[in-house]
Amino acid sequence: MTATESPTTTTSTLLDFRNVQLTYPNGTIALSGVDLTVQRGEFVTVVGPSGCGKSTLLRIASGLESASEGTATVNTTRVGYVFQDPTLLPWRNVRQNVELLAELQWDTQAVRRTKAQQAIDLVGLSGFEKHLPRQLSGGMRMRASLARSLTLDPELFLFDEPFGALDEITREYLNDELLKLFVEQQFAGLFITHSVSEAVYLSTKVIVMSGRPGHIVDGFDVPFPMPRDPDIRYTAEFAALVGEVSHALREGHGA
Amino acid sequence: MSTERIIAGPEGMDAAEAVDDLTTEEHRELEHRETEQEVSPDTAAAVPLKPRRWRGGIANWGPPVAVAVVIVGLWYLVGSVILEPSKSYLLPPPHAVFAVYFDPQVAPDMYEALWNTAVVALTGLVIAIVLGIVWAVAMNQARWIERSLYPYAVILQTIPILALVPLIGFWFGFDFTARVIVAILIALFPMVSNTLFGLQSVDAGQRELFALQHASRWIVLKKLQFPAALPAIFAGMRISAGLAVVGAIVGDFFFQRGTPGIGALISKYQARLNAEPLFAAIILASLFGVVVFWFFGWLGKRVVGKWYDFA
Repeated sequence: MTATESPTTTTSTLLDFRNVQLTYPNGTIALSGVDLTVQRGEFVTVVGPSGCGKSTLLRIASGLESASEGTATVNTTRVGYVFQDPTLLPWRNVRQNVELLAELQWDTQAVRRTKAQQAIDLVGLSGFEKHLPRQLSGGMRMRASLARSLTLDPELFLFDEPFGALDEITREYLNDELLKLFVEQQFAGLFITHSVSEAVYLSTKVIVMSGRPGHIVDGFDVPFPMPRDPDIRYTAEFAALVGEVSHALREGHGA
Repeated sequence: MSTERIIAGPEGMDAAEAVDDLTTEEHRELEHRETEQEVSPDTAAAVPLKPRRWRGGIANWGPPVAVAVVIVGLWYLVGSVILEPSKSYLLPPPHAVFAVYFDPQVAPDMYEALWNTAVVALTGLVIAIVLGIVWAVAMNQARWIERSLYPYAVILQTIPILALVPLIGFWFGFDFTARVIVAILIALFPMVSNTLFGLQSVDAGQRELFALQHASRWIVLKKLQFPAALPAIFAGMRISAGLAVVGAIVGDFFFQRGTPGIGALISKYQARLNAEPLFAAIILASLFGVVVFWFFGWLGKRVVGKWYDFA
């Protein structure tokens, strides 16, 4: 089932899932009938309970797995991927870790250096270039991991619950930093989380998923303008939207 | 998917209250952020670069030294009080054994023999390290190679080397080469198994990180698997180093042609009931094994200790 794309979407649709299904060899259906697009300028967050296949979405988008049915199209080669764990190499310091992807793309040393320094500055890790991952806090490791992906100058940025293991304060702080990057760097984001308020705060669009098999139950546009004021989290409108999404999650889970 | 959804409905209320509960601390945090923009909460938590706490001294050396004192004490006790004087050759007193190391009649031979054994052990060890790493890398590159070769690595570990000794002498002669081969055979397995374990223990996320960049096998091996395996490789080296010394001494016993090793001296002293030199040679050989073991522990700490707690 190859989809024909209309001329208007070819340039702005960075990710296009049409009726995507993934069946594992043992017969388990991880995803079923998933339709999802991420346009330029969008930050789409997928929320859902554990094991609902939301991470599988990212694995298909990144090419780590491929759809059994349907089509999953990615219209860019510059794809950043931030894992659940920082996945830093413990024997490399921050700079060497951030340089890794450029190194794997055979950039010259000078280019690597420049890219890495820019990314390190962007995530606020200047001064920590020579630190080893074990000398950093969890939040800083995640920043280093973000910086590493930023060196690819991604048009499409995939995030697999990157802040799930962090404490509330650090998580909120990094959410703000991420939003700032989103506004400055103009990438499109696809973000996986199980925190509803994080989802609403970060995104232009929230997708609610449910499991067995993984499918999309609902979607919400988030109307708050970018860049976002952190205090928006304490407004009635924000709370109401969080409530709506939570409600959809519960309904999807119960069904 | 519409903006109408933001209008607060009754189902949104409980979530709104939940958010309210969180706010006191968050507000404080936000105010804090406004005043101190530069210092983010998570960068402030960074561990400063400082040298590791000094852990030498009495805490480290005290207990083993105490045990040594107890052993020497027991040794004196057994030799002078419990053992009949006519049987004192079974356990010469420690000072008599110690004196052997300065006896011009015996000591030079003993040191030369130790040196010969050391050359055999280290030659065997270097070959075992190279062979073991190559073997493990080959097995790690393809499942079929692992399936074909791993059983033989295990067999290498389980066959009694002593049973092979006649065969080794038969094929390789009764001097240096044969002794080195015994050292290799004994030292090889820990290198193979530890390296393989290290190469396979790479975190799945890190593998995917490389896979996303379409890194070649060689690059993955060079930049990810091999560095990640280094702690395991050094742990293997340390075990193999001790075993290579054992192998060299076993080789000395059986292959006595050419320059004699410490094992050859031990069997000579044993045959002549030369108790003091026998004890001195055994202790010297043991000390050498300890030194080699310790050296590789130190080397491992030097190479990977910065990022791995190499015990």
